Amino acid sequence: MALDKITSITGTAVHLPGADIDTDRIIPARYLKCVTFDDLADKHFHDVRYDPEGNATGHPLDDPRFKGASIMLSGPNFGCGSSREHAPQAIYRSGFRAIIAESFAEIFFGNSTTLGMPCLSASREDIDALGAVIGNAPATEVTIDLEAMEVTCGETRFAITMPGSARHALTAGRWDPIQELLDNEGQITAAGEALPYV
Amino acid sequence: MGKTLYQKVWDAHTVGTLSDGRTQLFIGTHLIHEVTSPQAFGMIRDLGLQVKYPHRTFATVDHIVPTVDQDAPADPLAAEMMDALRRNADDFGVTYFDLGSGKQGIVHVVGPEQGITQPGTTIACGDSHTATHGAFGAIAFGIGTTQVRDVLATQTIAMESLKVRLIKVDGPLKPGVYAKDVALDIIRRLGANGGIGYAYEYGGSTFDNFSMEERMTVCNMSIEGGARCGYVNPDEKTFAFLKGRPYAPGEDEWDAAIERWQSFASDPDADYDDLIEIDAADIEPTVTWGISPDQGISISETIPDPAEAGSEALRASYREALDYMQLPGGTPIKGVKIDVAFIGSCTNGRLRDFREAARFLKGHRVAPGVKAIAVPGSQITAVQCEQEGLDRIFEEAGFEWRAAGCSMCLAMNPDKLVGDQVCASSSNRNFKGRQGSPIGRTLLMSPVMVCAAAVKGEVADAREVFEVDGSDSAVA
Repeated sequence: MALDKITSITGTAVHLPGADIDTDRIIPARYLKCVTFDDLADKHFHDVRYDPEGNATGHPLDDPRFKGASIMLSGPNFGCGSSREHAPQAIYRSGFRAIIAESFAEIFFGNSTTLGMPCLSASREDIDALGAVIGNAPATEVTIDLEAMEVTCGETRFAITMPGSARHALTAGRWDPIQELLDNEGQITAAGEALPYV
Repeated sequence: MGKTLYQKVWDAHTVGTLSDGRTQLFIGTHLIHEVTSPQAFGMIRDLGLQVKYPHRTFATVDHIVPTVDQDAPADPLAAEMMDALRRNADDFGVTYFDLGSGKQGIVHVVGPEQGITQPGTTIACGDSHTATHGAFGAIAFGIGTTQVRDVLATQTIAMESLKVRLIKVDGPLKPGVYAKDVALDIIRRLGANGGIGYAYEYGGSTFDNFSMEERMTVCNMSIEGGARCGYVNPDEKTFAFLKGRPYAPGEDEWDAAIERWQSFASDPDADYDDLIEIDAADIEPTVTWGISPDQGISISETIPDPAEAGSEALRASYREALDYMQLPGGTPIKGVKIDVAFIGSCTNGRLRDFREAARFLKGHRVAPGVKAIAVPGSQITAVQCEQEGLDRIFEEAGFEWRAAGCSMCLAMNPDKLVGDQVCASSSNRNFKGRQGSPIGRTLLMSPVMVCAAAVKGEVADAREVFEVDGSDSAVA
């Protein structure tokens, strides 16, 4: 299965500051009542974007200046909590192609990587500085370079990090591992046979 | 240098190294449920693949099951999800503990109950609380739906190895302090992201003395501290719990199984990446006040005042939490009014949880205006409780005694908070909107503390409400 090699992402960005943004906040549990991921677009962060009566709360995601953003900026431990893949699916299906945060919860990180949506870590200072730039000039394009492992936005430039395995998987076009897992059929069978309980 | 259980299990299940450097890890046991599996089955159908090891795949329905009448799905979407699981299990030859089986329940209660959960194994499930199974000395972790596809199709996943942190708790817990308090205390100390990159090994005399249920409670909440898996080394209690269960090894295989299981326990000279030591006597009944499980305090403390936070980031996070919770900083947590009391979930929905709660609740009444529900973690748990008459104790106290499911832990079924109700909850997450209302508020605590709050109509110290003096402690 041929996958795109993801070596850079360019687009406008939106900043969602805050620590420990959990996957219940990203996609409330009632939207998990589905047997496909097809209807998750624009459901991301629903309950902080709308009050219980359905009125918009003025969330950055609904600010017209950030409409069309494809890069999300946030704080530490982004995507913590539930393993629901609905969370990165909803973000991806709402047009985002990369997330830059101080750190990521592991399950969310893995789910996003497997979707081909890179999760990059950067320092709080760098993220806040980039947030300030896009706050002043929302149309400014941000470029994430996965080969140089840096972000550029006008005069702003800083280093980003990501585990080597995820970076390799994305840049080599192997972010969905299914084919490689299937190819090792013989080794899988041997491993299973060596385990008495299997 | 010796090895940890984590390293031994990892090595025994390594299939090979993938081109990106990750390990292809064999998953011995795959647990599935209705919420995170239908898309994965859809993907393997699209790819024309089969379930590689159907006999190592076990399904049940838990998240969306109504607890008043289990057979009456709340809406067409819930019915569609239940139908999809039934059809997928049927089409692919997967064992399914359906509603009519008498064995249905929360997947993390069913696995141990059936003896499917065993030491020295790898267990994956599309649910972050899969770490629960680590209580048996398994390496168990939550995965996303695309990984559920990978496990269905290949019985393996691509994964990077974790570091191991030993969390050692020693000494007896004080009366009225429970495994839940140990979990909340660890998360408070290390933070909601403290465990990123780690597997947690829980040890020390407190864990040695814990029952299997208590070990499950702490392992369950590893993920709330950021650790994808947590485990306790297997011992005689582990083996005694498993003996005679339907999927446990039979008499003729038993001795060999124990020998194998024991061989996985961490070596005395194992090397750990980090060590945390906690004196059990320092742990108090703990209650969360905010919107992250690490925002917890002991029952006698005051809610943090943002003005006294050590950094601007912490101040902002306290303010956000207190705004949402509508609680003033600097005031006692004791006395905060509650509207709902919930006992259940994969954290605290087992027989011993209900037994301990009922022991104190007996003879008391739920305060007027408080809605209180008790939801057993499985159909078997429900029957066990009912055989002991625990259901009657709960009902006589004013609790509703419900049927098995995840219920108000995440409120995918009809059990939801309404508006900005405050819930004293034995579950595991106090995130914004977690219990079904976008503005609902959750206070996490032990089941006995939930009973105390239910009886007083406000957050209370169970040791005072129930006059716990330690002379009659069933805390094991």
